[in-house]
This record gives sequence, structure tokens and C-alpha cells, in this order.
Amino acid sequence: MSVLAPGTPAPQFTLMTQDEQPFTRADLLGHTSVLVFYPYAFTSVCSDQLTLYEEVLPELAQRGATLYAISTDAVHSQAAFRHELGSSIAQLSDFEPKGATCRAFGVLHEHGHPQRALVIVDSGAIVRWSHQAQSTSELPGANLIFDGLDAV
Amino acid sequence: MSDLRSAPAPGLSDADHLRGDPAWPLVILYADFTCPRCALAHERLRGAPLRVAFRHFAIAAKHPRAVPLACAVEAAGRQGRFWELHDALFADPAHTDDPHLWAHAGALRLDLERFERDRRSQAVAELVREQTRAGMRAGVAVTPTLIAGGTFAPGPPDAELIARLTG
Repeated sequence: MSVLAPGTPAPQFTLMTQDEQPFTRADLLGHTSVLVFYPYAFTSVCSDQLTLYEEVLPELAQRGATLYAISTDAVHSQAAFRHELGSSIAQLSDFEPKGATCRAFGVLHEHGHPQRALVIVDSGAIVRWSHQAQSTSELPGANLIFDGLDAV
Repeated sequence: MSDLRSAPAPGLSDADHLRGDPAWPLVILYADFTCPRCALAHERLRGAPLRVAFRHFAIAAKHPRAVPLACAVEAAGRQGRFWELHDALFADPAHTDDPHLWAHAGALRLDLERFERDRRSQAVAELVREQTRAGMRAGVAVTPTLIAGGTFAPGPPDAELIARLTG
């Protein structure tokens, strides 16, 4: 299994927002999305990753991109994690059925959590750039996202 | 807004604070004064025969004092006391509020009024922001990160890495 390649249409999927509302492929339409798949809430690398990306949200907005953080943690765990970080990044839960969206994007780790991966999807819900870290302990720099946005 | 696409780490400039014999191997250290792992890196590097260029990687979302402390050390630098405040903050990471900064400023015999003005200035804030963003463009994602000869080493350096860097 590997992360979806550029040019691939985003699959049909359903994630859950912090308001416990469904978030589907249709919600990707009309704007550029940066999907950040991360392994576990409350772990050190994931915390560092989301705080780093929080710092560059103004620059992402300037590029017309919205960033979403996706894990297989439950909505309530994600909410607590978001609160602890003081993060404004939208969290999307792939808890039930667990990992189904991660599997559809090719980033489900054999241990049931997401790989650490980034996927940039254009306003037509086509994957334009993707990156999977070599290991879950590797934190992809924010520069990679901005390089990837050039493909949109 | 900054261009945050990948770019090499900037070469040395007047904005860099350097410590160590110019003949020693150069390492660029991206660090944050609120980061315990950076304090550990500081301890491990201080006795090594390396020329260290310190650069800020201050992420406001990571710690509310990250940017204020970076600005304070830059302000001390404008009175020739960059490394003194740098060392003092890493030595006492539990005391980083403004009254502690004023105490450090007094101990270092800084002009307190000028220190206050400089650490809150737009110029100093911009310098810290630009160094942080230049680090991001170079691929720095965590603190501390050492760059030596184009090689990145995230995390506190261990004895093996320091031995390799010192040649």
C-alpha cells in the first residue's frame, strides 16, 4: 500500500468533524486541501508536526489552501489533542470504520494507524501531490507542503 | 507573507551569532529557548571544539514564550550580551517570564530601557521570524537541528555525532 499518486481522483470517503458531522469527498471541492495524515494524537512528533504547521497557516491561506489533520483517533480524543495544542487546525476522525479513509488514500499502516503522510488535493478533488515519510518518526518539513502546492 | 518553498539554509551573515574558534568546524544550530532538548544540545556542544552559529527557530504555537525569549536574546545581543543571556536562559529554563528577564538584564548590566525597547521592536521580531522561516525553507522541522556541511542532524547531538563533527 502506498499513498495515492498525483493525478489520482480522491476516493469517496467519510470522516467525522469535531462537530460530529460527516466530512466527505464533496467537502474537498472548490478549494485546495492539504490532508495531513498523522499516527496518534498526543504523541511528541505529531504534536511537533501540528504546531509547526499551525505556524504557517497564514501562508497556506495566502496560497488558497486549507489544512486538515486526519488520524484514526476518536473525535473526542482529537478534540482534547487540539485543545491541548491550542491548535486551530481542523481535525477529521477516521475512527469508524477505523482506518477506512486512510486505506482509501493508501496510507493505512499495518498497525492500524495512519502513516505520516501529506496529500494535496485540488479544487476538483484530484490529488496533485503526495508525500509519505519514510518512517512515522520523521516529521515532514513545512517547506515540502509549499513545494507541493506548486503542483496545483 | 513569506515564500516557504524549499531553499538552502542561508550562508553566514552579520545576523548570525558565532561562538568558538574560527578554525574549528562550523555547525549551524537552529534552536528555541523553551525547548528542553535544545538546552541539552547546548550542554553537549559547549565543551566541543566546534564553531557554533546560533539561529532562532521560534514557533509561537509550540510555546507562548518561544518568540519573546528569542527576541530578548537578540535584544541582549544589541548590547553585546547575546551569549550571556543565551546561556542564562538555557541554564534556568523554568524562569522565563518578564521579571526573570529583567533580573537577567540587571545581572548582565544591560541598559534596561534599551533592552525593553529592543526586545519589543519590529526589527528584532522580524529578524527572529525571518531566521525561523529560513530554517523552515531549509527543511528544519524540529528543535534542535544542527546543520554541518549540508548535513542535517535533528535532535540533541550525541557523543558520536560530536566526535564526527569535530573530525
